[in-house]
Order: sequence, then structure tokens, then C-alpha cells
Amino acid sequence: MSDSRPYRKFAPGTQPEYLHPPYVSTVKRAPAMPLILLPHSKTELTGPAFGHSLVGAADSDLTKQHAGEPLGERIIVSGRVLDEAGRAVPGALVEVWQANAAGRYRHKTDQHGAPLDPNFSGGGRALTDEAGRYRFVSIKPGAYPWGNHYNAWRPQHIHFSLFGAGLLTRLVTQMYFPGDPLLEFDPIFNSIANEAARRRLIAKFDWETSQPNHALGYHFDLVLRGRDETPREK
Amino acid sequence: MSASQTVGPFFVIGLEHLHRADLAIPGAAGIVITIRGQVLDGDGQPVPDAMLEFWQADAHGNFSEHKCEAAGDTPARFTGFARILTDPAGAFELRTIKPGCVPGADGETQAPHLAVLAFMRGLLKPLYTRIYFAGEKANDADALLRLVPAERRSRLLAKTRGAGHAFEWNVVLQGPEETVFFEW
Repeated sequence: MSDSRPYRKFAPGTQPEYLHPPYVSTVKRAPAMPLILLPHSKTELTGPAFGHSLVGAADSDLTKQHAGEPLGERIIVSGRVLDEAGRAVPGALVEVWQANAAGRYRHKTDQHGAPLDPNFSGGGRALTDEAGRYRFVSIKPGAYPWGNHYNAWRPQHIHFSLFGAGLLTRLVTQMYFPGDPLLEFDPIFNSIANEAARRRLIAKFDWETSQPNHALGYHFDLVLRGRDETPREK
Repeated sequence: MSASQTVGPFFVIGLEHLHRADLAIPGAAGIVITIRGQVLDGDGQPVPDAMLEFWQADAHGNFSEHKCEAAGDTPARFTGFARILTDPAGAFELRTIKPGCVPGADGETQAPHLAVLAFMRGLLKPLYTRIYFAGEKANDADALLRLVPAERRSRLLAKTRGAGHAFEWNVVLQGPEETVFFEW
């Protein structure tokens, strides 16, 4: 018998609203008409699954995708993908992308004057193991300017995209770095009203996963949406 | 759960590897269809940097448990999952198998449909909508369509275009033609 429990509602303030005028691009892209509450049917309770052929050896080490080493501060980002009950999510596809150490993306529309790095593409992916663990090696991305308002700068961040067990566990988010002075000015980070929820997007410096003479470790757990704990009445 | 943040403008770097615009594998049961459309913003301008993800049942109304594999490996099985990055004109084209009817939330039958998640710069979390098919008899009894005010229902319907099994369906973010989006 398939699991027919719906997903839990979000706690108020823990997710951004579509319309958040300080982030100017939301103004012409947020829906204006009222949203309709979605009953969770089999369509939403099922979802795609992903095979190991999607993930090659260099996909989780962004410093090993070219002939030479990229410039920048080498980092190891690791953590677990969990559901809201704290259970591991194995086999979750985790996709990442980021700017290089100078704050430049390898993308045709990135007009920032900072240099590209011939040894850094900035994309990676992994599947979580049985305990929900993932691990990436990369370099610390640089901050970069953007056109949202005068003298606007994005804090250093790595984009994360995740698929859990069902369509409604889909999550796209960003991982930030501790102590970044730009966080308090960033309208994207501050679109999350709840302070604790905001802080959960900041990775922790991790002495245990740092490697002597090699790389600094950061720990970042991701929590996917969970189901109601009690089955629905039929 | 972790808070959502926008995909931003540069997601191609991490997400393009899984671009899948053709789910109609040779030999799959059912009718091959194409769904073409455009993503339009609040000024009616095309959105060239959007990503759409589609999830659907097969022709028998079953959701696949087959894993999506690397591009280049010819998919041997129907997975039901597509990801399309819009082109410079904000357009997309999905080739797939027309889904069958699937079970609903309360033991009812849902009309043939695809679930769609839309991601783009300016969206702090994905938008959820569905594609239904115009003229489908089962639409009248579909529980989700009945939740939508009658005058807005047509926004969810893919319309036949030309010969064969070609359909048009657009994502309109704002305005009188605004797509029906769901709080998911």
C-alpha cells in the first residue's frame, strides 16, 4: 500500500514570499492572483529518481575538472540531507553551482569585470549515501556586484538544488558562509522573515572535516519537507 | 525544512546536465505529443532564463520508478521527468507521451495532466502548476480543476495547435492571462 500522507505545511516565516520588493526581480515575476491550495495526490507524493550514471568522479570535486588547480581558498563542504523528522534521505540528487574565487560565474550573461579562471567551471553534483551524506571539494566563491540597487553585492554563496523522495520535497537554496558582512544587506537572504530559518542557511566552519595543509571544512545540513506523521483518514 | 532561495541567473552551470526535453522513448505505449510554449513576465516579456521541470504518469496512469540516467545513455525506460531550460525567446518544447488518468487525493480519478515546477531569477521559491488537455472528457470530474474558479480554468489547458498531437501551453506570470499557480 502506498503512503498517502500529505506533506506538512510550512511554519510561518520560514519560507520566503513570492513578492519581496527589496529583491526587485520579484515585482514582475511573483504571481499577482491568489494561489489555490493544492491537495496532495499521487502526482505530488511520487517523484523522479536519479541514477549513479549522472554523477562522475570529478562532479563532486570542483577543483579537479581541469588540467590545473583553480585559484582560491580550497574548501570541503559536507553535510547530510534529512527530512523534517531528522531521518536521512539516501539517494538524493544534490546539484551545486557557484562563482569562482574572484566572484565571476562562467556564464555568458555575467558581465562582472572580475577574471574568469580557466581551471574552474563551478558546477558539481552528488548523490547522498545511505546516511544521507554528501561531500564536495571546491574553492570559496567570491562576493560579486549585481544590479538590484546602488552598490549591491551578493554575499559569498553556493547554490544547492535537491530532489528528495517526492516531487514536493524539491528544494533550491543557497549556502552562505559564517561571518560574511554582506549578509545583513542582502535582500535574497533577508527574504526569509524568520531569523532562525535564515541562520540555517549559513554553513558552520568545521574543524573536523578541515584537512591540515590542504583545505578548510564547512558543514551544511539540508532539511527537506516532511510528511504528516499520522495517516489520513480514508 | 531549509528555506528556499532563488536559482538566480546562472543555474545553467549546475543544472543543464539534466536537460531532458524528450520523454517519448521508442516503443513506449501511448500517443506521442509535443507541448510548446513560452514563459512571460509581468510586462509580457519572454523569460529567457527560466527552467521548467515536468513530472507525469505514463499512458497507463502509472508513475515510473525508473531512474533518470546520464545524457547520452539512450533512456531505455520511461522516467516521467523532464527538465527544460527556456531558449532566448523564453520558449520551450517538450516531446512526451500523453499521460493517462491517475488516482486523485480522495480515491477519485484525475484527468490526464503533467505537474510543472517553474524556477527563475526573481522567484524565491518554485511555482507549481499543471498542464491539462483541452477537450478532455475527464476534465469535468477532476477534483483539482474544480477548485479553480471556472473563469480561470482554461489557463491550465493545453490547446491543440495544427496537425498531429501538438499542443500550446504558456506560463504567464502576471496579467489577465495569468497562469493558475498552486500553494504546494
